[in-house]
Amino acid sequence: MDLHYTEEEVAFRDEVRGWLSENLPQELANKVRHHKRLKKEDYDFWHEKLRSRGWLCWHWPLEHGGAGWTPIQKHIFEEEMIAAGAPRIVPFGPNMLGPVLIKFGSEEHKKKYLPRIVSCEDWWSQGYSEPGSGSDLASLKTKAVRDGDHYIVNGQKTWTTLGHHANMMFVLVRTNPDAAKPQQGISFLLVDLNTPGIEIRPIITLDGEHEVNEVWFTDVRVPVENLVGVENEGWTYAKYLLTYERTGIAGVGYSKQMLGHLKTIAKREKKNGKPLLSDPRFASKVAEVEIDLMAMDIFNLRIVSAAGAGQAPGAESSLLKIKGTEVRQEISNLMRQAIGPYASPFVPEFFDDGYNEETIGPEDAMPLARQYFNLRKLSIYGGSNEIQKNIVSKAMLGL
Amino acid sequence: MDFALSEERRMLQETIDRFISDRYNVTKRLQMVETDKGFDQDLWSEFADLGVIGALLPPEAGGFGGLGEDLTVVFESLGRGLVVEPFLATAVLGAGCLHLVGGQEALLEKVISGEVQLAFAHAEPSSRYDQTQVETIVSSSHQLTGRKAVVMNAPAADYLIVSARHEGDASDSHGIGLYLVKADAEGLDIRGYGTIDAGRAGEVTLQNTPAICLMENAFSVIEEVMAKATLCLCAEAMGAMEFAKDSTLEYLKTRKQFGRNLGSFQALQHRMVELVIECEQSRSAMMLASAHLEQDRIEREKLISAAKYLVGRTAKLCSEETIQMHGGIAMCWEYDVAHYAKRLVMIDHQLGDSDHHLDRFIAFSGDA
Repeated sequence: MDLHYTEEEVAFRDEVRGWLSENLPQELANKVRHHKRLKKEDYDFWHEKLRSRGWLCWHWPLEHGGAGWTPIQKHIFEEEMIAAGAPRIVPFGPNMLGPVLIKFGSEEHKKKYLPRIVSCEDWWSQGYSEPGSGSDLASLKTKAVRDGDHYIVNGQKTWTTLGHHANMMFVLVRTNPDAAKPQQGISFLLVDLNTPGIEIRPIITLDGEHEVNEVWFTDVRVPVENLVGVENEGWTYAKYLLTYERTGIAGVGYSKQMLGHLKTIAKREKKNGKPLLSDPRFASKVAEVEIDLMAMDIFNLRIVSAAGAGQAPGAESSLLKIKGTEVRQEISNLMRQAIGPYASPFVPEFFDDGYNEETIGPEDAMPLARQYFNLRKLSIYGGSNEIQKNIVSKAMLGL
Repeated sequence: MDFALSEERRMLQETIDRFISDRYNVTKRLQMVETDKGFDQDLWSEFADLGVIGALLPPEAGGFGGLGEDLTVVFESLGRGLVVEPFLATAVLGAGCLHLVGGQEALLEKVISGEVQLAFAHAEPSSRYDQTQVETIVSSSHQLTGRKAVVMNAPAADYLIVSARHEGDASDSHGIGLYLVKADAEGLDIRGYGTIDAGRAGEVTLQNTPAICLMENAFSVIEEVMAKATLCLCAEAMGAMEFAKDSTLEYLKTRKQFGRNLGSFQALQHRMVELVIECEQSRSAMMLASAHLEQDRIEREKLISAAKYLVGRTAKLCSEETIQMHGGIAMCWEYDVAHYAKRLVMIDHQLGDSDHHLDRFIAFSGDA
């Protein structure tokens, strides 16, 4: 057992760090750190940078344009990206669809779509959730009926993250409404969002932001060759994709960055004339979550490295999702508390480029309550934490 | 980075586990507890022959292990078997002091061969978990006067290693020495008793008791030895938690209520998963502390306290959940897991509880 990075791993970390310091503009990093709104151009710029270095689809095997990294290298890369303040890689193409196509896609799919993900020509979005199916994903109702060389798709998807920037969407549809189990009649389709009959409408979330959307399908004609794998077997691919969705979901890197920020605030803010962080009650709360996070870091690495190169962990990733999101939510909760009354002011314009007015209260106060409310999503999305407990209970504990 | 046990340690673990499962059970343990010593001398000798004591000490002390990973492997097995033999008192705290003060090779040899028992008499009736609070005093002719509280293994010990103040105020880290006292020394009184988790301990009174000075200003030795012992307790708790958790899971799969297995109720499934998560978190914290045991003091103490805090919190959860999910049966003396549940909670009362270690973690983090 050796919990220290090897020389090669340290060298890799330095390489990533060096590249980031040369290629990530400070202005963009500051936008990320201060929770400013990122525009499509910001993401495009950053995706292109990563692409030029061959690091956009780092998840993938070498032969498909991936980085061929070990699990530890992947971990280092993600941590360094977050620590540097890089925008996140929009995951739907590189991290989600890519691995599915590599494992289940036809040669034509791989030839057509993988290079377009690598080259950033396509911006993919995820068509999983529906208004009537939250964590009970298999109850989805959007249906696809075969009509010659096409499927005719009707229905509605929701919570489509950054769907307003996307030109493509992978969609779960019901192709056999009479199947014995809801999981058995689902297919996995690739849909061009420019097809007639598709409408994307914004959903404004409780923090006042437009990040997610609803997507309506009315008699949308999707060519049959856009079916991934076998008709009615889509649930298998959907689940495979979800295990990828869960790997980064522990969010250890984000939590570390947030903890640092929390301490900065709590050292500066005063309670009874002394730093809030020296108040025993507050210090205990910070220390508790810090210890949870330190343990989480090792727990995450244990599971990531046990999964082996090129593989997604199984039900263990559900454990990481549960604890990781609890930790991140608790840190955001403490950040909101730490700033005191200045958590209240709500000035949406502050988060736009070019806002030049004086901030209300400390400069870092503005995003904290907003972030706290935004991060309530963590324990809901990707399968709510209660669903994760069901998964662990069945798959790991045999209950 | 590598999370696998080395081949040697994996073999050590298998050997100890097999020996314990062949030779040990809760009924036998309860019988041993009734004896004056609180354990079986023959079994202790067999443990020694097996190398279990040697594995806890470094080669310079005559052992063949002593690193964080050796300690955790051994103590996790001991915890899994709910072994009551005084490994912590004799082989980790006692022998650890003898090794670090130096010049005690002859005595160490007897410890490793299983001939000699030790006790580490440091805590006092008013010191609670504070390592620096020592009111016991030593005279210029090395006679000790004072009281030591809840000294594990004191009734069976051939020698006590006693901390006493040769200088400074009652709470200074400076001025605390370590002294060797023979069990039959004049002016030494040990009031022995059993503990609720089936160990044996004693209240020690020293009245002008003659002693050999092992080292003056020995606080760094005390701290280092206690760091190792704290890690051992974390590992013991991990082993006991794994057993309690597995037993509970097995019970959920077999016990029927309302015509269904208990494990089919979602309320219990989710509690079980929460327990699994906390156990994995504790194990991770233990591994982190273990990996830093031989590194610089601040980092070592910070991570040891982080681990003991998290393990303490989780061990209590595991104990309570084990009893609750078993229901009434776990309230019975005759039932194995009840004894695991007691040990798990009482580990929090040894070498610092969760609150104590959370405070320490904050102090060593140096943020405030």
